[in-house]
Amino acid sequence: MTTLNAEPDTPVPVGIEKNRVRGGPPRSEILRRDKWWAQPLAIFSGLLAFIVYATWAALRNGHFYAGNVGRDYLSPFYSPCLTNSCTSNGYVWGGWTWWRLSPAIPILIFPLSFRLSCYYYRKSYYRSFWLSPPSCAVPDAGSTKAKSPRNKYSGETKFPLIFQNIHRYTWYFAVIFAGILTFDAVAAFRFHNGIGMGLGTLIFVVNALLIWAYTLGCHSCRHLCGGGLRTFSSANSRHFIWKNFVSKLNEHHQLFAWLSLFWIAFADFYTWLVATGAIHDPRFF
Amino acid sequence: MSVENTQPQVGDDTQQKQVTLKIWRGDASGGKFVDYTLDYLDGEVVLDAVHRVQSEQAPDLGVRWNCKAGKCGSCSSEINGKPSLMCMTRMSTLDLEEPITVSPMRTFPIIKDLVTDVSFNFEVAKKIPALQPKPREKDGTYRMSQIDIDRGQEFRKCIECFLCQNVCHVIRDHEENKPNFAGPRFLMRIAELEMHPLDTLDRRRYAFDVMGVGYCNITKCCTEVCPEHIHITDNAIIPLKERVVDVRFDPVAWLGRTILRRPKPTSSEEVIKLTPAGRSANTPS
Ligand code: SF4
Ligand code: SF4
Ligand code: FES
Ligand code: FES
Repeated sequence: MTTLNAEPDTPVPVGIEKNRVRGGPPRSEILRRDKWWAQPLAIFSGLLAFIVYATWAALRNGHFYAGNVGRDYLSPFYSPCLTNSCTSNGYVWGGWTWWRLSPAIPILIFPLSFRLSCYYYRKSYYRSFWLSPPSCAVPDAGSTKAKSPRNKYSGETKFPLIFQNIHRYTWYFAVIFAGILTFDAVAAFRFHNGIGMGLGTLIFVVNALLIWAYTLGCHSCRHLCGGGLRTFSSANSRHFIWKNFVSKLNEHHQLFAWLSLFWIAFADFYTWLVATGAIHDPRFF
Repeated sequence: MSVENTQPQVGDDTQQKQVTLKIWRGDASGGKFVDYTLDYLDGEVVLDAVHRVQSEQAPDLGVRWNCKAGKCGSCSSEINGKPSLMCMTRMSTLDLEEPITVSPMRTFPIIKDLVTDVSFNFEVAKKIPALQPKPREKDGTYRMSQIDIDRGQEFRKCIECFLCQNVCHVIRDHEENKPNFAGPRFLMRIAELEMHPLDTLDRRRYAFDVMGVGYCNITKCCTEVCPEHIHITDNAIIPLKERVVDVRFDPVAWLGRTILRRPKPTSSEEVIKLTPAGRSANTPS
């Protein structure tokens, strides 16, 4: 079955010469004159800001549901509601009364593993956190020093990075979570005296849309929906979905990765503001 | 206006602008940047300026080129540290106030000055067994639908400039990976064959075991430098990685194949038999 050993034990079929003298100055001399560090720095800061916010939001374990002020808004960090703390509208999911830690922790494992193994986020953190490479034609961190432990590079062929290959399994769960967040968006229309819509409702609808745009633009989804076929002519509907839908979203995967990331934090923050009574959620109808 | 008046005068508005090219000069025994100052002429590309250096100041300057139209892929180099085609980089797009560095591709062995030995790429190409077409149809022809060859056509735009191979940090920063990693241009070639409607060979395990697709960490520098704007990472390498997951890392796909008695993925050893080395090993001497 599947072996997780990437070392090519098979012979190399054509000999490849190594270690001949290269041209140009040594690689440690970066010749790029543009601001090649600006993008990795911006991405580093953006991801770090999210990590800091998400840690606070996940450990907060309070004010993640705005039922106390008559709004059925549940923070996406705490959805589905595992404990009995979202009951004011009969919005009970879990009943995990035995759970002592923040209910965000078991929930966030799923979106976290999805985003960590996402091809786009992989690119961004390999570049901006791991500096491998920080930017194009800029050497990998440590690769110019003979003694550095970072001198060897095996990419995604060995433990632990070989586990990036499970991305499609995290995607299956991500689809379930996108469904749950869609339910939350619908639930946000539910007011104590019937159907209504507040600013929060709008935020939750946008949240669900962005999550779907990100989830369905996934490269694994693109493969599973049809991209993995050798020929399309015998699978017309899969080709249609692949070409007109998933590939279109996939082209903007980076954009949706950032928008949905930002919006999820924003939706949580808004719920917190409303639930703590810091602001009053304006109702449109 | 008389002819004399067109000559640039000191302090004149029309004074001839000068530019400095810092060109790498040297061979396997060593080298350095040498400054050449010359007139700036409107509309020139870097290759034109390098040619003027060659004809006016340094007749022994080594530079490879053929088409001057971005189609032969000969003039690959690094301009201000960015892997680029000399013939497709307009002087007017560069900062002319500072010297412009022109250096050879820094991943391949030097021959002389701007000329490198790119035979690594030809050796890698030999490792990829050619198309193994299915039998002809009854009337002696092959038929393919347009939707089946659309994907591969993007990859056929490749001009084999090897800028992607040059920028890829897997071999640029880690020389020892050269025997185990095919590089983006050739991973794209395997992806193209895997998407080819007539091909019958399964190179998926081979792509991982021998061609090293797992080394790629999808940081997309190949895509960034490709002068043909091929989406190498998104449309070739990631789809190839997903195909590898099908045969190597997805237990459910394995179970499906076993239950439905689908053919086993072809082993790397079988594929090697179709390469020159494999063939010569099998020919009785
Ligand atoms: S995306 Fe992969 S193949 Fe392309 S340059 Fe980066 S590591 Fe190399
Ligand atoms: S894929 Fe693009 S960068 Fe790579 S060799 Fe072909 S044309 Fe050049
Ligand atoms: S590739 Fe980004 S979510 Fe799958
Ligand atoms: S000279 Fe042919 S691509 Fe530049």
